Amino acid sequence: MSRAEVFLINGPVLKARPDGNFQMKEAVFVGDDRLIAEVIRLDADAITVQVFEDTTGLSPGVLIAGSGLPLAVELGPGLLGAMFDGIQRPLRAVAGASGDFLGTAVDVPSLDRERQWRYQPVVDEGTEVSGGHCIGEVAETPNLMHRVMIPPDVAGTVVWRAPAGSYCIDTPLAGIRSAQGMVEVSMLSRWPIRVPRPFRQRLALRSPLWTGQRIIDTLYPIAKGGTGAMPGGFGTGKTVLQQTLAKWCDADVIIYIGCGERGNEMAGVLEEFPGLEDPRTGRMLMERTVLIANTSNMPVAAREASIYTGITMGEYFRDQGYDVALFADSISRWAEALREISGRLEELPAEEGYPAYLPSRLAEFFERAGRTKALAGQESSLTVVGTVSPPGGDFSEPVTAHSRRYVKSFLALDRDRAQARFYPAIHPLQSYSEYVTSTAQWWQHHGGVRWAERRERMLALLQEQARLEKMVKIVGRDALPPSQREVLVCAEVTVEGLLRQSAFSHTDRYCAPEKQAAMLGLIDYFTQRAHELVQAGVDPDTLLTLPVVRRLQRMGEDIDNESLADFADLTHALDDALDALASSMQQKSGEQQAVGE
Amino acid sequence: MIDPQRCLFHTGLTSIQGPLIFVRNAQGVGLYERVEVRAMHDDVRLGRVVLIADDKVIVEVFQGTEGLSLGEARVKFLSESILLNVGPSMLGRIYNGVGAPIDGGPEIVARRRLRIDGNAINPVRRVVPREFIETGVAAIDAMNSLVRGQKLPIFSGSGLSHDRLASNIARFSRLRGTQAEKFAVVFAAIGVTFDTAEHFRREMDEYGAMQRIALFLNLASDPSAERLLTPRVALTAAEYLAYEEGRHVLVILTDMTNYCEALREVSSSHGEVPSRKGYPGYMYSDLASIYERAGRISGRPGSITQIPILSMPNDDITHPIPDLSGYITEGQIVLDRELDRRGIFPPIKLLPCLSRLMNHGIGKNMTHVDHPAFAQQLYSSYAQAHHLRLLSSVVGEEGLSAADRQLLRFGERMDDEFIRQDDFRRTLEETFDLGWMLLAELPDEVLVRLSDDQIDEHIKRHRHDS
Ligand SMILES: Nc1ncnc2c1ncn2[C@@H]1O[C@H](COP(=O)(O)OP(=O)(O)OP(=O)(O)O)[C@@H](O)[C@H]1O
Ligand SMILES: [Mg+2]
Repeated sequence: MSRAEVFLINGPVLKARPDGNFQMKEAVFVGDDRLIAEVIRLDADAITVQVFEDTTGLSPGVLIAGSGLPLAVELGPGLLGAMFDGIQRPLRAVAGASGDFLGTAVDVPSLDRERQWRYQPVVDEGTEVSGGHCIGEVAETPNLMHRVMIPPDVAGTVVWRAPAGSYCIDTPLAGIRSAQGMVEVSMLSRWPIRVPRPFRQRLALRSPLWTGQRIIDTLYPIAKGGTGAMPGGFGTGKTVLQQTLAKWCDADVIIYIGCGERGNEMAGVLEEFPGLEDPRTGRMLMERTVLIANTSNMPVAAREASIYTGITMGEYFRDQGYDVALFADSISRWAEALREISGRLEELPAEEGYPAYLPSRLAEFFERAGRTKALAGQESSLTVVGTVSPPGGDFSEPVTAHSRRYVKSFLALDRDRAQARFYPAIHPLQSYSEYVTSTAQWWQHHGGVRWAERRERMLALLQEQARLEKMVKIVGRDALPPSQREVLVCAEVTVEGLLRQSAFSHTDRYCAPEKQAAMLGLIDYFTQRAHELVQAGVDPDTLLTLPVVRRLQRMGEDIDNESLADFADLTHALDDALDALASSMQQKSGEQQAVGE
Repeated sequence: MIDPQRCLFHTGLTSIQGPLIFVRNAQGVGLYERVEVRAMHDDVRLGRVVLIADDKVIVEVFQGTEGLSLGEARVKFLSESILLNVGPSMLGRIYNGVGAPIDGGPEIVARRRLRIDGNAINPVRRVVPREFIETGVAAIDAMNSLVRGQKLPIFSGSGLSHDRLASNIARFSRLRGTQAEKFAVVFAAIGVTFDTAEHFRREMDEYGAMQRIALFLNLASDPSAERLLTPRVALTAAEYLAYEEGRHVLVILTDMTNYCEALREVSSSHGEVPSRKGYPGYMYSDLASIYERAGRISGRPGSITQIPILSMPNDDITHPIPDLSGYITEGQIVLDRELDRRGIFPPIKLLPCLSRLMNHGIGKNMTHVDHPAFAQQLYSSYAQAHHLRLLSSVVGEEGLSAADRQLLRFGERMDDEFIRQDDFRRTLEETFDLGWMLLAELPDEVLVRLSDDQIDEHIKRHRHDS
């Protein structure tokens, strides 16, 4: 193996004089402690590496050993339910080896080598197989069949295979005679994190990633296989929203990456997920989740790697035929890691100190999302949603601006809403989704008749509200004619009744499609009836004082997913109250007429 | 890696630039290792290796380079990180900004020597903080609750009463329903005046709490690069007190703005490409290495709760210092000049305040089952009142509906009665009572964050009273 001798140490960046050949992006090991590092630059007489661990105490003269292979992750049973750092060190096992604090180099494999898994072969000897072909299955969880696949670049004939039984992940389970010779396949495989895994073709996006969040599903859907960004200043609710999606969305596998964020948040996920049930399968949420935690105080180079580690795992489950959703919190911290390393390399900075290649790296990352036909033919998807933390909440900064170019669902979080404790604080007019047409079909089949039309009407209402609010600031609300106050009243009821949804309410944290459709229908109905009444002369502001309108504004948390009949009751109550209002109105105008006569 | 045999290094320096010195050809030196720099006389200064190249080593000198000369300064590499001696009887003492006692008392008998940089807590070993701390401050307890192990900064402005608030919190704080536990306060003065530090010390002394306090002082007149060490030294002491002696430690760091300025100064002397407003691009990670040292660890009895104080330059919350802090801490308490001018203490500006761990520490079995809804309703009505206040300043109160006028009035009473409490401690029950009473002034139609049951239970009662 090639070696190199370190002569410069600048934080996580080292330069060394090589003896032998190194490749770009090759994984290398530094010193006797074998710190993990990666080659990031090659010159005639020097290599530059970034070290993924603490470099305190490192001295010049220390040796770097090459590995000949790119930095890769281990793939196989044992990923689900685990928590890894940015370069896939298993944090539970690390704690077992080195205690409560990170820091000292420990050598533990990413996936447990001792654990045995029940394996069931699904091909016979003599079968012709090629990349992606499933040769056997492991029920990794009661709900997820882990498919052991032929590596993408291998094709040939199965010459032997292991019988059903319990095996460790590195036990060979089949031998394939291929053009390159005999290849043995076990449950364990490896894949370089910076190289997208191959698939046969991309497919058009068709259905929404169901999130159970009304403002997303109803207004700005994210498609399965699509991309989304959630920018917002500190405390606007990005993390809570991401975690809410990770809990309730209808993907088969969740990859959750805490990239440069808080330790307590990751501890929170670890504490909470094992006790929450997936509303569709009834299994614990932790069973479908892989956590990657490279918190803000962990090494910055590993933070840079973390999103690639995560997305490679995502692609791996996608290739097994599953719908995967990846959440990265926060893309900005990843970009800052990139900036820090770039600064130490003394590269010429572009905007705000970020390297000029920031946009292309972002594009490459988001491009790894998609709905695909796998090499072996399964149709599945990888959805990628990232938060963005713009300095000062200013969306014109480079990371927000560039992310916006590559994502199709943009959920802008608004400081004013968050400060008023209006959650989710997604701004309905600054956000957008390009998946509305591709998901309209889906709604048709899930109770959302006239969804597209109602959604349009609601958006128009909110737009009009924003315009009128500006006028109110100048002339006061009372100066507006009833027809305009009607718009304000209906918009307020819509916003409070439909768009507000607390992530901490047991009844409302997840809103099933039927409930969403019912709520949207009811709000739409209220808007129409309000219009009729105002036409007939009712003062719009009196509507707000009706107890039933208070109920309308609380229906999300008062009515749970199972009690859909309550919506019918609420509709009747609404009708009764509005009818009463209308008839008292008629009476009044009748009396007035009588007086007039 | 440690080589105790390594000798004194007498080399002539090749260059001195700001807080950095450049030394030629230092063999076997390790990154971030501790360095002693001896000036002509017997003054020894603390430094740290920050870059090692073929032909040079760069050392950051924390106690300034004034008076050093190329020919005469001597540099000694110590083959170890910067360490702090920790041991019993650390409390009740006063230390300088690098952790040496300056109160005339004895040296600390070192049970251990700990690296001041600390190591990151493995996330799987963290315990989510959830024990509610009653601070006695209504705006915090009711609406931005603090829990043990949280990091909750005070965003202030120069001249505002953040120190007074912090010392009130330090004095009042207690867990509900428990006896006095092993409790300690670590106070780190970072570039503040002697008065500020002395005032805090006196307050605690009067309260008889001095025996539970460790003060670390880097005063305004002390070298600025030393400020990079002070919070780390203080937190190292706190970690010892928490995780080895099992105490619940409240760490007050004031003023983090001075810390960030020192960081900028050192970074610019390195010739680094700056990010916003000249602050280094890694300031987020650097601050995180301080703030993330708050928390609780599974299986260890103590905890570290942090209240960093920072003054927002020009009262601007989007300035990089409060902005990056807000992105790391678990919420913030924001002080307001206008409330202060109106004589309201504590001048807490409710809307931008937040406690992210609040949801973990309040509610059934912890404070009150209706606490979350109560806080939500106070916030939502206060935000409406705030909005109406702006509106009425343009269109006049006449343009408002009756309900709106009630909201306006509610907002004023919140400022004058709820937020204002001077130096008196309020129990949580008193705080709840006051809040429900103010909410009872509002019509049901605006109380949409409360359920019918909650209105019946809490609101109707007060309406009957009045
Ligand atoms: N959907 C929601 N429902 C209820 N509360 C919410 C919701 N979203 C956010 N919050 C509240 O807002 C607080 C801040 O949210 P969060 O931590 O997600 O902010 P953030 O945008 O991730 O901030 P940062 O960028 O600093 O990480 C939460 O602790 C919670 O109290
Ligand atoms: Mg967050």
